[in-house]
Amino acid sequence: MTEEEARSIIEEEIRYIVPDADFELVPDDAELREELELDSLDFLVLVERLCIRAQCRIDEDDYPALRSMGSSIHLLISRTSSDAAPQQ
Amino acid sequence: MSTFTMPSLGADMEAGTVLEWRVKSGDAVHRGDIMAVVDTEKSEIEVETFNDGVVKDIVVEPGQKVAVGAVLAILTEPDDVSAKGTTHLATPVTPPRDVPTAAHPPAPAIDGVPSASPVVRHLAVERGLDLASVHGTGAGGAITRSDIEHLAPTPSVKRTRRTRRRVSPLARRLAATAGLDVDTIAGTGLHGTVRADDVRRVQADATTARPPTARPAPPATAQRRSADVIPAVDHRDSMRRAIARLMTRANEQIPHYYLTTTFDMTAAMCWLHEQNEGLSVNSRLIPAALLLKATALAAKDTPGINGEWCDEHFRRASSVNLGVVTSIRGGGLMVPVIPDAETLPLPDLMASLRAAVERVRFGRLLASDLTGATITVTNLGEQGVESVYGVVFPPQVALVGFGAVVDRPWAVEGLLGVRPVITATLAADHRASDGAVGARFLARVGRLMQKPGEL
Repeated sequence: MTEEEARSIIEEEIRYIVPDADFELVPDDAELREELELDSLDFLVLVERLCIRAQCRIDEDDYPALRSMGSSIHLLISRTSSDAAPQQ
Repeated sequence: MSTFTMPSLGADMEAGTVLEWRVKSGDAVHRGDIMAVVDTEKSEIEVETFNDGVVKDIVVEPGQKVAVGAVLAILTEPDDVSAKGTTHLATPVTPPRDVPTAAHPPAPAIDGVPSASPVVRHLAVERGLDLASVHGTGAGGAITRSDIEHLAPTPSVKRTRRTRRRVSPLARRLAATAGLDVDTIAGTGLHGTVRADDVRRVQADATTARPPTARPAPPATAQRRSADVIPAVDHRDSMRRAIARLMTRANEQIPHYYLTTTFDMTAAMCWLHEQNEGLSVNSRLIPAALLLKATALAAKDTPGINGEWCDEHFRRASSVNLGVVTSIRGGGLMVPVIPDAETLPLPDLMASLRAAVERVRFGRLLASDLTGATITVTNLGEQGVESVYGVVFPPQVALVGFGAVVDRPWAVEGLLGVRPVITATLAADHRASDGAVGARFLARVGRLMQKPGEL
Protein backbone atom coordinates (compact mmCIF):
# COMPACT_ATOMS: atom_id res chain seq x y z
CA MET A 1 0.00 0.00 0.00
CA THR A 2 1.36 3.41 -0.92
CA GLU A 3 1.19 6.40 1.37
CA GLU A 4 -1.38 7.94 -0.92
CA GLU A 5 -3.60 4.85 -0.82
CA ALA A 6 -3.36 4.66 2.95
CA ARG A 7 -4.25 8.32 3.30
CA SER A 8 -7.24 8.08 1.05
CA ILE A 9 -8.55 4.99 2.87
CA ILE A 10 -8.20 6.71 6.24
CA GLU A 11 -9.81 9.91 5.02
CA GLU A 12 -12.67 8.04 3.46
CA GLU A 13 -13.37 5.98 6.57
CA ILE A 14 -13.19 9.03 8.79
CA ARG A 15 -15.67 10.77 6.49
CA TYR A 16 -18.10 7.96 7.14
CA ILE A 17 -18.11 9.12 10.77
CA VAL A 18 -17.47 12.83 10.24
CA PRO A 19 -19.03 13.55 6.84
CA ASP A 20 -17.79 17.13 6.70
CA ALA A 21 -14.26 16.48 7.94
CA ASP A 22 -11.84 18.93 6.31
CA PHE A 23 -8.45 17.27 6.22
CA GLU A 24 -6.80 20.42 4.94
CA LEU A 25 -7.23 21.76 8.45
CA VAL A 26 -5.84 18.69 10.17
CA PRO A 27 -2.03 18.55 10.06
CA ASP A 28 -0.48 15.10 9.77
CA ASP A 29 0.83 15.24 13.32
CA ALA A 30 -2.35 16.55 15.00
CA GLU A 31 -4.34 14.39 17.41
CA LEU A 32 -7.05 12.94 15.20
CA ARG A 33 -9.51 12.12 17.96
CA GLU A 34 -9.26 15.57 19.41
CA GLU A 35 -9.33 17.46 16.10
CA LEU A 36 -12.31 15.55 14.78
CA GLU A 37 -14.04 15.01 18.13
CA LEU A 38 -14.11 11.24 17.82
CA ASP A 39 -15.40 9.63 21.00
CA SER A 40 -14.48 6.08 21.94
CA LEU A 41 -17.39 4.58 20.02
CA ASP A 42 -16.56 6.64 16.91
CA PHE A 43 -12.98 5.48 17.26
CA LEU A 44 -14.06 1.85 17.55
CA VAL A 45 -16.12 2.21 14.37
CA LEU A 46 -13.11 3.76 12.64
CA VAL A 47 -10.80 0.92 13.72
CA GLU A 48 -13.36 -1.62 12.58
CA ARG A 49 -13.72 0.00 9.17
CA LEU A 50 -9.97 0.36 8.70
CA CYS A 51 -9.48 -3.33 9.48
CA ILE A 52 -12.03 -4.25 6.84
CA ARG A 53 -10.80 -1.81 4.19
CA ALA A 54 -7.09 -2.50 4.61
CA GLN A 55 -7.65 -6.18 5.39
CA CYS A 56 -5.34 -6.07 8.33
CA ARG A 57 -5.45 -6.57 12.07
CA ILE A 58 -5.45 -3.61 14.39
CA ASP A 59 -5.14 -4.55 18.06
CA GLU A 60 -5.74 -2.41 21.07
CA ASP A 61 -1.98 -2.10 21.45
CA ASP A 62 -1.95 -0.39 18.07
CA TYR A 63 -4.36 2.35 19.11
CA PRO A 64 -1.54 4.76 20.00
CA ALA A 65 -0.33 4.39 16.42
CA LEU A 66 -3.69 5.76 15.24
CA ARG A 67 -3.01 8.99 17.11
CA SER A 68 -2.52 11.20 14.08
CA MET A 69 -2.98 11.00 10.34
CA GLY A 70 0.75 10.55 9.85
CA SER A 71 1.09 7.72 12.36
CA SER A 72 -2.08 6.05 11.08
CA ILE A 73 -0.71 6.03 7.54
CA HIS A 74 2.47 4.37 8.79
CA LEU A 75 0.48 1.77 10.67
CA LEU A 76 -1.60 0.84 7.63
CA ILE A 77 1.45 0.67 5.37
CA SER A 78 3.43 -1.50 7.76
CA ARG A 79 0.46 -3.77 8.48
CA THR A 80 -0.33 -4.41 4.86
CA SER A 81 3.24 -4.97 3.70
CA SER A 82 4.84 -7.03 6.48
CA ASP A 83 1.73 -9.12 7.10
CA ALA A 84 2.10 -10.80 3.71
CA ALA A 85 -0.33 -8.49 1.98
CA PRO A 86 -3.37 -10.67 1.36
CA GLN A 87 -4.72 -9.05 -1.76
CA GLN A 88 -1.76 -9.59 -4.08
CA MET B 1 -58.78 -4.75 17.67
CA SER B 2 -55.99 -2.57 18.86
CA THR B 3 -54.74 0.88 18.12
CA PHE B 4 -51.36 2.18 17.11
CA THR B 5 -50.87 5.56 18.72
CA MET B 6 -48.45 8.46 18.67
CA PRO B 7 -45.90 7.42 21.29
CA SER B 8 -44.51 9.69 23.98
CA LEU B 9 -40.82 9.81 23.24
CA GLY B 10 -39.57 11.70 26.24
CA ALA B 11 -41.01 13.91 28.93
CA ASP B 12 -40.89 16.95 26.71
CA MET B 13 -42.77 15.58 23.72
CA GLU B 14 -46.31 16.82 23.19
CA ALA B 15 -46.95 16.04 19.54
CA GLY B 16 -45.38 14.42 16.53
CA THR B 17 -45.75 14.47 12.77
CA VAL B 18 -46.23 11.31 10.75
CA LEU B 19 -43.63 11.46 7.99
CA GLU B 20 -44.08 8.18 6.30
CA TRP B 21 -46.00 4.95 6.63
CA ARG B 22 -44.05 1.73 6.27
CA VAL B 23 -47.22 -0.32 6.14
CA LYS B 24 -50.47 -0.04 4.28
CA SER B 25 -54.01 -1.12 4.89
CA GLY B 26 -54.24 -4.91 4.81
CA ASP B 27 -50.62 -5.59 5.79
CA ALA B 28 -50.02 -8.16 8.48
CA VAL B 29 -47.69 -6.79 11.13
CA HIS B 30 -45.84 -8.36 14.00
CA ARG B 31 -44.65 -6.95 17.23
CA GLY B 32 -41.42 -5.05 16.65
CA ASP B 33 -42.19 -4.19 13.03
CA ILE B 34 -41.62 -0.61 12.07
CA MET B 35 -45.01 0.94 11.30
CA ALA B 36 -44.22 4.54 10.60
CA VAL B 37 -41.60 7.22 10.71
CA VAL B 38 -42.54 10.04 13.03
CA ASP B 39 -40.91 13.43 13.25
CA THR B 40 -40.41 14.98 16.66
CA GLU B 41 -38.68 18.22 17.52
CA LYS B 42 -35.44 16.35 18.00
CA SER B 43 -35.30 13.76 15.30
CA GLU B 44 -37.04 11.36 12.99
CA ILE B 45 -38.01 8.22 14.86
CA GLU B 46 -39.06 4.82 13.58
CA VAL B 47 -42.05 3.66 15.53
CA GLU B 48 -42.65 -0.04 16.11
CA THR B 49 -45.89 -1.79 16.84
CA PHE B 50 -46.22 -3.68 20.09
CA ASN B 51 -49.10 -5.76 18.81
CA ASP B 52 -49.50 -8.41 16.17
CA GLY B 53 -52.35 -7.78 13.79
CA VAL B 54 -53.50 -6.64 10.41
CA VAL B 55 -53.57 -2.97 9.54
CA LYS B 56 -57.22 -2.07 9.13
CA ASP B 57 -57.17 1.69 8.81
CA ILE B 58 -54.51 4.30 8.58
CA VAL B 59 -56.04 7.24 10.37
CA VAL B 60 -53.36 9.87 10.11
CA GLU B 61 -51.90 10.83 6.76
CA PRO B 62 -48.24 11.68 6.26
CA GLY B 63 -47.62 15.33 7.03
CA GLN B 64 -50.21 15.51 9.78
CA LYS B 65 -49.13 16.58 13.25
CA VAL B 66 -51.03 15.00 16.12
CA ALA B 67 -50.83 14.93 19.90
CA VAL B 68 -49.13 12.19 21.86
CA GLY B 69 -51.61 9.35 22.36
CA ALA B 70 -53.63 10.08 19.24
CA VAL B 71 -54.61 7.03 17.22
CA LEU B 72 -52.49 6.72 14.08
CA ALA B 73 -53.78 3.41 12.80
CA ILE B 74 -56.17 0.67 13.75
CA LEU B 75 -55.13 -2.97 13.81
CA THR B 76 -57.38 -6.00 13.79
CA GLU B 77 -56.44 -9.36 15.22
CA PRO B 78 -54.63 -11.60 12.78
CA ASP B 79 -57.07 -13.95 11.03
CA ASP B 80 -55.30 -17.12 11.87
CA VAL B 81 -53.57 -16.94 15.18
CA SER B 82 -52.42 -20.55 15.16
CA ALA B 83 -50.54 -20.06 11.95
CA LYS B 84 -48.42 -17.39 13.51
CA GLY B 85 -44.79 -17.78 14.35
CA THR B 86 -43.22 -18.49 17.67
CA THR B 87 -43.29 -15.00 19.03
CA HIS B 88 -47.04 -14.74 19.26
CA LEU B 89 -47.92 -12.52 22.13
CA ALA B 90 -50.78 -12.82 24.48
CA THR B 91 -52.85 -9.77 23.84
CA PRO B 92 -55.22 -9.76 26.77
CA VAL B 93 -58.73 -10.41 25.56
CA THR B 94 -60.31 -11.05 28.93
CA PRO B 95 -60.13 -7.95 31.05
CA PRO B 96 -59.79 -8.65 34.77
CA ARG B 97 -62.72 -8.15 37.12
CA ASP B 98 -64.27 -4.81 37.83
CA VAL B 99 -62.44 -3.01 35.10
CA PRO B 100 -64.22 -0.17 33.41
CA THR B 101 -64.50 -1.62 29.93
CA ALA B 102 -63.46 1.57 28.31
CA ALA B 103 -63.42 0.96 24.64
CA HIS B 104 -60.35 2.54 23.15
CA PRO B 105 -60.85 6.26 23.45
CA PRO B 106 -59.59 8.01 20.36
CA ALA B 107 -56.77 9.77 22.10
CA PRO B 108 -56.17 8.49 25.60
CA ALA B 109 -54.93 11.39 27.67
CA ILE B 110 -51.94 10.56 29.83
CA ASP B 111 -53.86 11.89 32.84
CA GLY B 112 -56.65 9.39 32.37
CA VAL B 113 -54.33 6.42 32.68
CA PRO B 114 -54.00 4.84 36.11
CA SER B 115 -50.71 5.50 37.82
CA ALA B 116 -47.84 3.20 37.04
CA SER B 117 -44.09 3.56 37.32
CA PRO B 118 -42.15 4.17 34.13
CA VAL B 119 -40.86 0.64 34.24
CA VAL B 120 -44.32 -0.79 34.55
CA ARG B 121 -45.48 1.46 31.75
CA HIS B 122 -42.57 0.33 29.67
CA LEU B 123 -43.34 -3.28 30.44
CA ALA B 124 -47.00 -2.76 29.56
CA VAL B 125 -46.03 -1.27 26.24
CA GLU B 126 -43.63 -4.13 25.61
CA ARG B 127 -46.27 -6.68 26.37
CA GLY B 128 -48.83 -4.89 24.27
CA LEU B 129 -51.12 -3.93 27.14
CA ASP B 130 -53.17 -0.77 27.33
CA LEU B 131 -52.77 0.50 30.88
CA ALA B 132 -56.29 1.85 30.85
CA SER B 133 -57.54 -1.72 30.75
CA VAL B 134 -55.37 -2.99 33.59
CA HIS B 135 -56.61 -3.22 37.15
CA GLY B 136 -53.97 -1.93 39.54
CA THR B 137 -53.43 -3.80 42.79
CA GLY B 138 -50.73 -1.49 44.15
CA ALA B 139 -51.05 1.40 46.55
CA GLY B 140 -53.83 3.78 45.51
CA GLY B 141 -54.76 1.53 42.62
CA ALA B 142 -51.34 1.88 41.04
CA ILE B 143 -50.49 -0.73 38.50
CA THR B 144 -47.60 -2.91 39.60
CA ARG B 145 -45.19 -5.04 37.67
CA SER B 146 -46.95 -8.18 38.79
CA ASP B 147 -50.28 -6.91 37.46
CA ILE B 148 -48.67 -6.77 34.06
CA GLU B 149 -46.83 -10.06 34.47
CA HIS B 150 -50.13 -11.63 35.43
CA LEU B 151 -51.95 -10.42 32.34
CA ALA B 152 -49.17 -10.89 29.86
CA PRO B 153 -46.51 -13.32 31.01
CA THR B 154 -42.98 -13.03 29.69
CA PRO B 155 -42.86 -14.29 26.16
CA SER B 156 -40.93 -17.54 26.14
CA VAL B 157 -38.91 -16.46 23.18
CA LYS B 158 -36.58 -13.65 24.03
CA ARG B 159 -37.50 -10.55 22.15
CA THR B 160 -35.27 -10.11 19.19
CA ARG B 161 -35.30 -7.02 17.13
CA ARG B 162 -36.21 -7.65 13.58
CA THR B 163 -33.35 -6.96 11.32
CA ARG B 164 -33.79 -3.56 9.82
CA ARG B 165 -32.22 -2.09 6.80
CA ARG B 166 -29.55 0.29 7.93
CA VAL B 167 -29.62 3.38 5.81
CA SER B 168 -27.55 6.48 6.25
CA PRO B 169 -29.58 9.67 6.50
CA LEU B 170 -28.05 11.08 3.33
CA ALA B 171 -28.77 7.88 1.43
CA ARG B 172 -32.37 7.98 2.62
CA ARG B 173 -32.75 11.52 1.44
CA LEU B 174 -31.17 10.82 -1.94
CA ALA B 175 -33.34 7.77 -2.44
CA ALA B 176 -36.46 9.70 -1.51
CA THR B 177 -35.60 12.47 -3.92
CA ALA B 178 -34.89 9.99 -6.70
CA GLY B 179 -38.03 8.02 -5.94
CA LEU B 180 -36.02 4.90 -5.18
CA ASP B 181 -37.03 2.30 -2.61
CA VAL B 182 -34.06 1.98 -0.24
CA ASP B 183 -35.13 -1.57 0.56
CA THR B 184 -34.20 -2.64 -2.94
CA ILE B 185 -30.71 -1.15 -2.79
CA ALA B 186 -27.77 -3.32 -1.76
CA GLY B 187 -25.77 -1.74 1.04
CA THR B 188 -22.00 -1.79 1.01
CA GLY B 189 -21.46 0.00 4.32
CA LEU B 190 -20.90 -1.33 7.79
CA HIS B 191 -23.27 -4.26 8.52
CA GLY B 192 -24.76 -3.77 5.08
CA THR B 193 -25.67 -0.15 5.66
CA VAL B 194 -27.00 1.52 2.55
CA ARG B 195 -24.74 4.48 1.88
CA ALA B 196 -25.20 7.52 -0.29
CA ASP B 197 -22.83 5.99 -2.85
CA ASP B 198 -25.01 2.89 -3.11
CA VAL B 199 -27.98 5.05 -3.96
CA ARG B 200 -26.02 7.05 -6.48
CA ARG B 201 -24.80 3.84 -8.08
CA VAL B 202 -28.32 2.49 -8.44
CA GLN B 203 -29.47 5.83 -9.75
CA ALA B 204 -26.69 5.86 -12.34
CA ASP B 205 -27.47 2.27 -13.36
CA ALA B 206 -31.11 3.08 -13.71
CA THR B 207 -30.52 6.03 -15.98
CA THR B 208 -27.89 4.42 -18.19
CA ALA B 209 -29.11 0.85 -18.32
CA ARG B 210 -32.28 -0.96 -19.20
CA PRO B 211 -35.73 -0.27 -17.80
CA PRO B 212 -36.68 -1.36 -14.31
CA THR B 213 -36.29 -5.11 -14.35
CA ALA B 214 -34.29 -4.91 -11.18
CA ARG B 215 -36.77 -2.76 -9.37
CA PRO B 216 -40.08 -4.36 -8.57
CA ALA B 217 -42.53 -1.51 -8.35
CA PRO B 218 -45.90 -2.67 -7.18
CA PRO B 219 -48.23 0.29 -6.96
CA ALA B 220 -48.43 -0.01 -3.20
CA THR B 221 -44.69 0.37 -2.75
CA ALA B 222 -44.46 3.27 -5.09
CA GLN B 223 -47.35 4.92 -3.37
CA ARG B 224 -45.96 4.69 0.11
CA ARG B 225 -42.45 5.60 -0.89
CA SER B 226 -42.08 8.35 -3.38
CA ALA B 227 -45.40 10.10 -3.11
CA ASP B 228 -45.73 10.15 0.64
CA VAL B 229 -42.23 10.83 1.78
CA ILE B 230 -41.92 14.21 3.40
CA PRO B 231 -38.51 15.77 2.86
CA ALA B 232 -36.08 15.58 5.73
CA VAL B 233 -36.23 18.44 8.19
CA ASP B 234 -33.33 20.21 9.80
CA HIS B 235 -33.83 19.59 13.50
CA ARG B 236 -31.13 21.82 14.91
CA ASP B 237 -33.36 24.71 15.92
CA SER B 238 -36.25 22.69 17.18
CA MET B 239 -33.93 20.34 19.06
CA ARG B 240 -32.31 23.31 20.73
CA ARG B 241 -35.73 24.55 21.79
CA ALA B 242 -36.74 21.12 23.11
CA ILE B 243 -33.56 20.83 25.14
CA ALA B 244 -34.01 24.37 26.40
CA ARG B 245 -37.54 23.67 27.56
CA LEU B 246 -36.69 20.45 29.35
CA MET B 247 -33.57 21.80 31.04
CA THR B 248 -35.36 24.95 32.15
CA ARG B 249 -38.07 22.84 33.67
CA ALA B 250 -35.41 20.71 35.37
CA ASN B 251 -33.69 23.69 36.90
CA GLU B 252 -36.94 25.32 37.96
CA GLN B 253 -38.49 22.26 39.52
CA ILE B 254 -35.69 20.02 40.69
CA PRO B 255 -33.73 20.97 43.81
CA HIS B 256 -30.43 19.50 42.69
CA TYR B 257 -27.61 18.43 44.91
CA TYR B 258 -24.20 17.36 43.62
CA LEU B 259 -21.64 14.89 44.89
CA THR B 260 -18.40 13.90 43.37
CA THR B 261 -15.76 11.25 43.88
CA THR B 262 -12.59 10.16 42.12
CA PHE B 263 -11.61 6.52 41.92
CA ASP B 264 -8.78 4.40 40.61
CA MET B 265 -9.33 2.89 37.17
CA THR B 266 -6.22 0.68 37.15
CA ALA B 267 -8.10 -2.55 37.74
CA ALA B 268 -10.72 -1.71 35.14
CA MET B 269 -8.24 -0.63 32.47
CA CYS B 270 -6.01 -3.69 33.00
CA TRP B 271 -8.98 -6.03 32.93
CA LEU B 272 -10.30 -4.43 29.74
CA HIS B 273 -6.93 -4.70 28.08
CA GLU B 274 -6.72 -8.41 28.89
CA GLN B 275 -10.28 -9.01 27.75
CA ASN B 276 -9.85 -7.21 24.48
CA GLU B 277 -6.61 -8.91 23.56
CA GLY B 278 -7.14 -11.01 20.50
CA LEU B 279 -10.78 -10.03 20.16
CA SER B 280 -12.08 -8.75 16.85
CA VAL B 281 -12.94 -5.08 16.94
CA ASN B 282 -16.69 -5.59 17.13
CA SER B 283 -16.34 -7.65 20.32
CA ARG B 284 -14.10 -5.22 22.13
CA LEU B 285 -15.31 -3.46 25.24
CA ILE B 286 -14.68 0.16 26.14
CA PRO B 287 -14.47 1.68 29.64
CA ALA B 288 -17.93 3.22 29.20
CA ALA B 289 -19.47 -0.27 29.16
CA LEU B 290 -17.98 -1.01 32.60
CA LEU B 291 -19.05 2.37 33.96
CA LEU B 292 -22.59 1.90 32.70
CA LYS B 293 -22.86 -1.55 34.24
CA ALA B 294 -21.45 -0.39 37.58
CA THR B 295 -23.89 2.52 37.55
CA ALA B 296 -26.82 0.25 36.80
CA LEU B 297 -25.91 -2.19 39.57
CA ALA B 298 -25.40 0.58 42.11
CA ALA B 299 -28.64 2.32 41.08
CA LYS B 300 -30.55 -0.91 41.47
CA ASP B 301 -29.36 -1.26 45.05
CA THR B 302 -29.74 2.34 46.16
CA PRO B 303 -33.20 3.66 46.99
CA GLY B 304 -34.14 7.13 45.79
CA ILE B 305 -31.85 7.13 42.77
CA ASN B 306 -33.50 4.96 40.16
CA GLY B 307 -37.05 5.93 39.23
CA GLU B 308 -39.11 9.07 38.88
CA TRP B 309 -40.51 11.92 40.93
CA CYS B 310 -44.17 12.22 40.19
CA ASP B 311 -47.18 13.66 42.07
CA GLU B 312 -45.16 14.66 45.10
CA HIS B 313 -43.59 11.30 45.65
CA PHE B 314 -40.79 9.11 44.40
CA ARG B 315 -41.61 5.99 42.48
CA ARG B 316 -38.79 3.55 42.56
CA ALA B 317 -38.30 1.59 39.35
CA SER B 318 -37.79 -2.12 39.62
CA SER B 319 -35.26 -2.34 36.84
CA VAL B 320 -32.62 0.06 35.62
CA ASN B 321 -33.27 1.55 32.21
CA LEU B 322 -30.17 3.58 31.53
CA GLY B 323 -30.45 6.70 29.43
CA VAL B 324 -27.14 7.37 27.72
CA VAL B 325 -26.54 10.97 26.70
CA THR B 326 -25.28 10.83 23.14
CA SER B 327 -24.03 13.94 21.47
CA ILE B 328 -24.81 14.58 17.86
CA ARG B 329 -22.19 15.89 15.52
CA GLY B 330 -23.17 19.41 14.60
CA GLY B 331 -24.95 20.01 17.89
CA GLY B 332 -27.67 18.67 20.11
CA LEU B 333 -28.09 15.39 21.88
CA MET B 334 -30.31 12.36 22.10
CA VAL B 335 -30.66 10.02 25.06
CA PRO B 336 -31.24 6.46 23.88
CA VAL B 337 -32.22 3.98 26.59
CA ILE B 338 -30.61 0.65 27.42
CA PRO B 339 -33.42 -1.26 29.12
CA ASP B 340 -32.70 -3.56 32.10
CA ALA B 341 -29.04 -2.59 32.00
CA GLU B 342 -28.37 -4.13 35.42
CA THR B 343 -29.16 -7.58 34.04
CA LEU B 344 -27.09 -7.41 30.88
CA PRO B 345 -23.75 -9.22 30.65
CA LEU B 346 -21.02 -6.80 29.56
CA PRO B 347 -20.85 -7.97 25.93
CA ASP B 348 -24.62 -7.48 25.60
CA LEU B 349 -24.48 -4.10 27.27
CA MET B 350 -21.66 -3.09 24.94
CA ALA B 351 -23.63 -4.27 21.92
CA SER B 352 -26.73 -2.37 23.05
CA LEU B 353 -24.68 0.75 23.60
CA ARG B 354 -23.03 0.53 20.20
CA ALA B 355 -26.28 -0.18 18.42
CA ALA B 356 -28.11 2.68 20.13
CA VAL B 357 -25.35 5.20 19.49
CA GLU B 358 -25.08 4.09 15.87
CA ARG B 359 -28.82 4.56 15.47
CA VAL B 360 -28.46 8.09 16.82
CA ARG B 361 -25.54 8.94 14.57
CA PHE B 362 -25.93 6.90 11.42
CA GLY B 363 -29.56 6.01 11.16
CA ARG B 364 -32.77 6.51 13.00
CA LEU B 365 -33.77 5.81 16.53
CA LEU B 366 -36.60 3.48 17.33
CA ALA B 367 -39.46 4.62 19.51
CA SER B 368 -38.41 2.05 22.10
CA ASP B 369 -34.98 3.70 22.28
CA LEU B 370 -36.57 6.76 23.81
CA THR B 371 -39.00 5.23 26.24
CA GLY B 372 -38.73 4.53 29.92
CA ALA B 373 -35.34 5.77 31.12
CA THR B 374 -35.09 5.56 34.92
CA ILE B 375 -31.65 7.17 35.33
CA THR B 376 -29.26 8.88 32.92
CA VAL B 377 -25.52 8.72 32.41
CA THR B 378 -23.40 11.28 30.65
CA ASN B 379 -19.85 10.55 29.67
CA LEU B 380 -18.47 13.94 28.80
CA GLY B 381 -15.02 12.65 29.62
CA GLU B 382 -14.94 11.73 25.97
CA GLN B 383 -14.46 15.42 25.29
CA GLY B 384 -11.54 15.59 27.66
CA VAL B 385 -13.13 17.28 30.68
CA GLU B 386 -12.44 15.79 34.08
CA SER B 387 -15.84 16.16 35.66
CA VAL B 388 -19.38 16.97 34.62
CA TYR B 389 -22.11 18.40 36.84
CA GLY B 390 -25.26 17.53 34.98
CA VAL B 391 -28.88 18.53 35.03
CA VAL B 392 -31.35 15.80 35.94
CA PHE B 393 -33.81 14.87 33.18
CA PRO B 394 -37.28 15.12 34.70
CA PRO B 395 -39.14 13.10 35.81
CA GLN B 396 -35.99 11.09 36.62
CA VAL B 397 -34.19 11.91 39.84
CA ALA B 398 -30.53 11.30 39.09
CA LEU B 399 -27.89 11.88 36.48
CA VAL B 400 -24.44 10.38 36.71
CA GLY B 401 -21.53 12.05 34.97
CA PHE B 402 -18.16 10.52 34.19
CA GLY B 403 -15.14 12.59 33.29
CA ALA B 404 -12.10 11.53 31.33
CA VAL B 405 -9.80 8.76 32.51
CA VAL B 406 -6.61 10.68 33.34
CA ASP B 407 -3.25 9.72 34.82
CA ARG B 408 -2.82 11.36 38.22
CA PRO B 409 -0.58 10.99 41.25
CA TRP B 410 -2.38 8.59 43.56
CA ALA B 411 -1.55 7.23 46.99
CA VAL B 412 -1.59 3.45 47.12
CA GLU B 413 -0.72 1.72 50.38
CA GLY B 414 1.20 4.69 51.62
CA LEU B 415 3.17 5.18 48.44
CA LEU B 416 2.69 7.69 45.71
CA GLY B 417 2.19 6.31 42.24
CA VAL B 418 0.72 7.39 38.93
CA ARG B 419 -2.66 5.83 38.27
CA PRO B 420 -5.44 6.22 35.73
CA VAL B 421 -8.34 7.77 37.65
CA ILE B 422 -11.83 8.98 36.83
CA THR B 423 -14.13 11.48 38.49
CA ALA B 424 -17.76 10.46 38.87
CA THR B 425 -20.41 13.02 39.71
CA LEU B 426 -23.95 12.53 40.85
CA ALA B 427 -26.54 15.21 40.22
CA ALA B 428 -29.62 14.17 42.14
CA ASP B 429 -33.08 15.38 43.05
CA HIS B 430 -33.11 16.29 46.73
CA ARG B 431 -36.84 15.60 46.91
CA ALA B 432 -36.18 11.93 46.22
CA SER B 433 -32.93 11.33 48.08
CA ASP B 434 -30.53 12.92 50.54
CA GLY B 435 -26.81 13.40 50.27
CA ALA B 436 -26.04 10.37 52.38
CA VAL B 437 -27.90 8.13 49.94
CA GLY B 438 -26.21 9.74 46.98
CA ALA B 439 -22.84 9.28 48.66
CA ARG B 440 -23.55 5.60 49.18
CA PHE B 441 -24.48 5.30 45.53
CA LEU B 442 -21.28 6.89 44.24
CA ALA B 443 -19.14 4.88 46.64
CA ARG B 444 -20.81 1.74 45.34
CA VAL B 445 -20.01 2.65 41.74
CA GLY B 446 -16.36 3.16 42.67
CA ARG B 447 -16.22 -0.11 44.58
CA LEU B 448 -17.80 -2.08 41.74
CA MET B 449 -15.25 -0.67 39.32
CA GLN B 450 -12.46 -2.22 41.41
CA LYS B 451 -13.71 -5.70 40.52
CA PRO B 452 -14.45 -5.45 36.82
CA GLY B 453 -14.46 -9.22 36.41
CA GLU B 454 -17.60 -9.38 38.54
CA LEU B 455 -19.57 -6.81 36.59
